[in-house]
Amino acid sequence: MSDHDHDPDETSTGDRRGFLKCMAWAGTGALWTMSGGIASSISLGQAMAAPAKPKGFTFLQISDSHVGFNKPANPDAAATYREAVAKIAALPQKPDFIIHTGDITQLSKAQEFDDAEQIIKGAGLQVFHVPGEHDMLDEGAGKAYLDRFGKGTQGAGWYSFDHKGVHFVALINVVNLKAGGMGSLGPDQLAWLEKDLAGRPASQPIVVFAHIPLWTVYADWGWGTDDAQRALGYLKRFGSVTVLNGHIHQITQKVEGNIRFHTARSTAFPQPVGGQAPSPGPLKVPTEQLHSMLGITTASFVRGSEPIALVDATLAS
Amino acid sequence: MSKTMFRAGALALALAGCALTAAAITTPAAAAAPAAAGPTVNIDNFVFGPAAVTVTVGTTVTWVNRDDIPHTVVADDKSFKSKVLDTDEKFSFTFTKPGEFGYFCSLHPHMTGKVIVKAA
Repeated sequence: MSDHDHDPDETSTGDRRGFLKCMAWAGTGALWTMSGGIASSISLGQAMAAPAKPKGFTFLQISDSHVGFNKPANPDAAATYREAVAKIAALPQKPDFIIHTGDITQLSKAQEFDDAEQIIKGAGLQVFHVPGEHDMLDEGAGKAYLDRFGKGTQGAGWYSFDHKGVHFVALINVVNLKAGGMGSLGPDQLAWLEKDLAGRPASQPIVVFAHIPLWTVYADWGWGTDDAQRALGYLKRFGSVTVLNGHIHQITQKVEGNIRFHTARSTAFPQPVGGQAPSPGPLKVPTEQLHSMLGITTASFVRGSEPIALVDATLAS
Repeated sequence: MSKTMFRAGALALALAGCALTAAAITTPAAAAAPAAAGPTVNIDNFVFGPAAVTVTVGTTVTWVNRDDIPHTVVADDKSFKSKVLDTDEKFSFTFTKPGEFGYFCSLHPHMTGKVIVKAA
C-alpha cells in the first residue's frame, strides 16, 4: 500500500503525512478527521483506484445549512453556507454530485429556500436533498420543500436512484413525529423501502441518507429514529451499506456488521456532544473557532474496494 | 454568551417547577389561576417548564419559546396546535373543557408537557 504512485501534484496539495493517515484509516476502518482533508481524500481515492484501475467517483455531503439562522452562534448562516459551497466549487476533482442531508433552512420561509437554492447553485453540481425538521415549518407542513426540491419523489419526499453501480436511497424521518418519540420513517415509507431493495444483489453497494440519524446517538435528546431497525433489517443482507445523516451538527460514526453510520458537520453552527450540556441547540464558540467546527464530507467510492471512504473537512482548512 | 452552556440554572428551575406542579395537582386551589390570567410555560433548553400545569376551565395558558431554536406546541389529540415559534415568540390557548391535555413539540418530540384542566 505504501508504494502507490500518485500524482505528484496531489502530494503538493495534500501533505504526505495526511495521506499516510488516510491510508491507515483505509486499513482499519476508523474514521479520520483532518483539516486538509479534501486534497488528501482525492489522493486516497486515486491511490485506492490504482491497483485494479476501476472507475471510481466521489460525491459530497453537506448538511444543516440553516439558511436564515442569525443568532449568536452564527450571525450569518447563509455566509458560511456560501463558503462551504465555494470550497466544493474549487475542488480540483469535481465530485459527481452533492447530497444535502436536511435543515436546508432555519424556518422554511420562501426567502430562505430561495437563498439556499441560489447559494448551492454556485457549486455547479447536481444536488440531491432530503428535508430536516426545519424544512417542514411552512403552512403546508413540508409543501414548500416538496414544491422546490421534491419533484418526482414519493410520499413525504423519499426516492432512490442508481449511480455508477451504487444504489442511493433518500429517506424522510422528520414528518408525523409522535409525542415522546424520536425521528420516524412510518409504515408507508418502510413498505416502499422493502420493495425498493427487493431483488437487488447483495453485492450492490448501498448509500442511505436521511436527516436524523438512523441509529440512536443520544435518545434523551431525540437523536435517533424510532423505527430505523426495520429499515436496517432490510439493509443488513447487503455487503456494503453506508448511512449518511445530519441533524446533530457533529461527526459521529459507528459500524454495525456491514453497515457504516456517519453524521456530518453543519455548515451553520455546532451543537454540544450528546449529554454534555443541558440540552441540544446552537453552541456558541469563540468566533475564531467557529470555522473549525463547520464542514463538509467527501465520500470516495472505488468499485470493488470497501468501504466508501468518508473524509471530513472543516471550513477552517 | 451561549444559552446552551449557561441555561443550567433555568433547567434546575424548570425541574423545580415540575416538583411544585406535582404537589399542586393534589391541592388544585394553589395552582388554579383566575380566567384570562393563566400560567406561562417557558421553553428553555428544549424543556417545557413547568412540565405540567393545572388550571380551571376558561383559563388561557401561554407558551414562550426562549431557545435559539424554533419549537411548536401541539396537543397529542391535535385539539390545539401552534404555528412554529421562533425565539421569544408566544402561543396562547384557552382551555374550555376539563381533562388532561398532553402536548409536545412536533419538531423535537422528546419535549413533552401536560395541562390539567379542572371544572370551574
